[in-house]
Amino acid sequence: MEKWEDNRAWFMVLPVFVIVAFSAIIPLMTVVNYSVQDIFGPGEAYFVGTEWFAEMLSNTRLHDALLRQFLFSGLVLLIEIPLGVMIALAMPAQGWRVSLCLVLLALPLLIPWNVIGTIWIIFTRPDIGLMGVSLNALGLEFDHTAAPLDAWVTVMLMEVWHWTPLVALLAYAGLRAIPDAYYQAARIDGASAWAVFRYIQLPKMRGVLTIAVLLRFMDSFLIYAEPFVLTGGGPGNSTTFLSIYLVKLSTAMDLGPAAAFSIIYFLIVLLFCWLFYQALQNVGTGDKS
Amino acid sequence: MARINLKDIAHSYMSAPEAEADWALKPLNHVWEDGGAYALLGPSGCGKTTLLNIISGLVTPSRGQVLFGEEDVTELPTAQRNIAQVFQFPVIYDTMTVYQNLAFPLRNRKVPEDRIRERVEDVAEMLELSDQLKQRAQRLTADAKQKISLGRGLVRADVAAILFDEPLTVIDPHLKWQLRRKLKQIHDRSGLTLIYVTHDQNEALTFADKVAVMNDGRVLQMGTPQELFEAPQHTFVGFFIGSPGMNFLPCGFEAGAATIEGARLPLKAELAEKAAAAAGELKLGIRPEFLSLARENGESRLEVAVRAVEDLGNFKIVSTELRGRTVKVKVPEDQEVPAETAFLDFPADFTRLYADDQLIG
Repeated sequence: MEKWEDNRAWFMVLPVFVIVAFSAIIPLMTVVNYSVQDIFGPGEAYFVGTEWFAEMLSNTRLHDALLRQFLFSGLVLLIEIPLGVMIALAMPAQGWRVSLCLVLLALPLLIPWNVIGTIWIIFTRPDIGLMGVSLNALGLEFDHTAAPLDAWVTVMLMEVWHWTPLVALLAYAGLRAIPDAYYQAARIDGASAWAVFRYIQLPKMRGVLTIAVLLRFMDSFLIYAEPFVLTGGGPGNSTTFLSIYLVKLSTAMDLGPAAAFSIIYFLIVLLFCWLFYQALQNVGTGDKS
Repeated sequence: MARINLKDIAHSYMSAPEAEADWALKPLNHVWEDGGAYALLGPSGCGKTTLLNIISGLVTPSRGQVLFGEEDVTELPTAQRNIAQVFQFPVIYDTMTVYQNLAFPLRNRKVPEDRIRERVEDVAEMLELSDQLKQRAQRLTADAKQKISLGRGLVRADVAAILFDEPLTVIDPHLKWQLRRKLKQIHDRSGLTLIYVTHDQNEALTFADKVAVMNDGRVLQMGTPQELFEAPQHTFVGFFIGSPGMNFLPCGFEAGAATIEGARLPLKAELAEKAAAAAGELKLGIRPEFLSLARENGESRLEVAVRAVEDLGNFKIVSTELRGRTVKVKVPEDQEVPAETAFLDFPADFTRLYADDQLIG
């Protein structure tokens, strides 16, 4: 009877288990299920083993989308992290201006993602959009619906505008957490502004910047709504990123290949997050004299 | 090397201070002789850190001048003063090794690399950090980190004074005395001026040759530990220093004797003279250490009721009541304490009189 009392604790875990099952385990296993079968209709499923995986890995359109995706995420990190840190450094440390800056920074983060796409469609339209009209008035031919480079520039601008504030907010939080004594000691040690940044601020922001890099990598690698609304993956396939391609596959009812692809996609994100995490934990901690 | 002279220094953190309370540091004049070991002692918020930051240049005083020797450095930035400061929490540069940490102030000042190596090795030797030079500073214990903070001050050949802002707060108790002894050694060997801020009287009294006791933005007394103990200039000093603090009894003066709630205590002739001339509220002050308990009445003795005895191992603290006023007495461990009524003996040489909290004799 004593044992029975102990076992009742499992009922406490049950709600969590049910939630995790429905939100993660069952969907994931469904995808795994699809990825190893060819399904023609109800009751007409055939086991195909790793065939879909092999097909996906040799799919050149997928290779193109993957390369595009890496280029996109790489540019996002290269632009947003330094820019966010710079904004955070330039922000005031106290007073009413802090609240003003925080509100202004948070604004892009509050707008629904598909609305962002729409805003930028209008903003860049050559006939009525502020940016489109201005650029054309300067004599620059700009049309993101026709020129692949223009489409990329627009998508990058939109992404940077949308998400740099998040990096800035995280970096700002990291900066504010540095005790005053560090700056005072640096003044006594005669450190230049660059030395203060390099040896105090940057190391102290390691934690928040790790989070910023992981978040921005994952989000940008999985990006869908904004470029889909803005360019629909075009012109041609020039802005067809991985998830846009994935949605094209699955809406064409190729559930098997799409599922195999989803799993590969998931593993890539996992692998890179792990790599970034390891790298950022260890950077600047090696012994050297 | 130079003496540090604070002339009419006052500071307020407000832009337009008006009331007395707006000033974190009330106007003061103060001289720190070259090569002295000083402590600034006072409760939290008394202005001692502000005073320290004014000397190091982290705070520019609202009024007055800071002189190093004859040179006015009031407007000079911290980096250009020959001052180093060690903070309450160890400040180390996480990504650097111990060597790089120690070399940092010199590298910033463009000292040649071979000279840096020499200085860093000297200082590391002095602080017993030689074995750890190649280790990352981040992984060290709090006391080693605090030694590095101190070392960054010591490596600079031009430093005239090192300021300490409660540097032992985060150090384990058993390491505190080691570090404090280290500081003493360094002071003896280097001849630097050391100014040490603390709220711990033991730390101040064991470290410093001279202690400045601060309260509420004022330096109340500057003196040797013995002076502070035997002749506190202000009732706060008497109360703050010593454990338990000095006894203070509001009193009157009448025909050569102090009257405490009607009880007469005869005073020395010269003290009586000063008391007769003094204006303001009189208080009689005496340390628990100087009082003794007797069973018989006599000259300079007053009758008290014994209320409580605390045995602290090697001595006892007896709380007595003198006509409604509590008086604490420190008695030797082996002395019998009378159960109810006893007579307190006030030795004339250690009985002090205060008028409006200031010592008159």
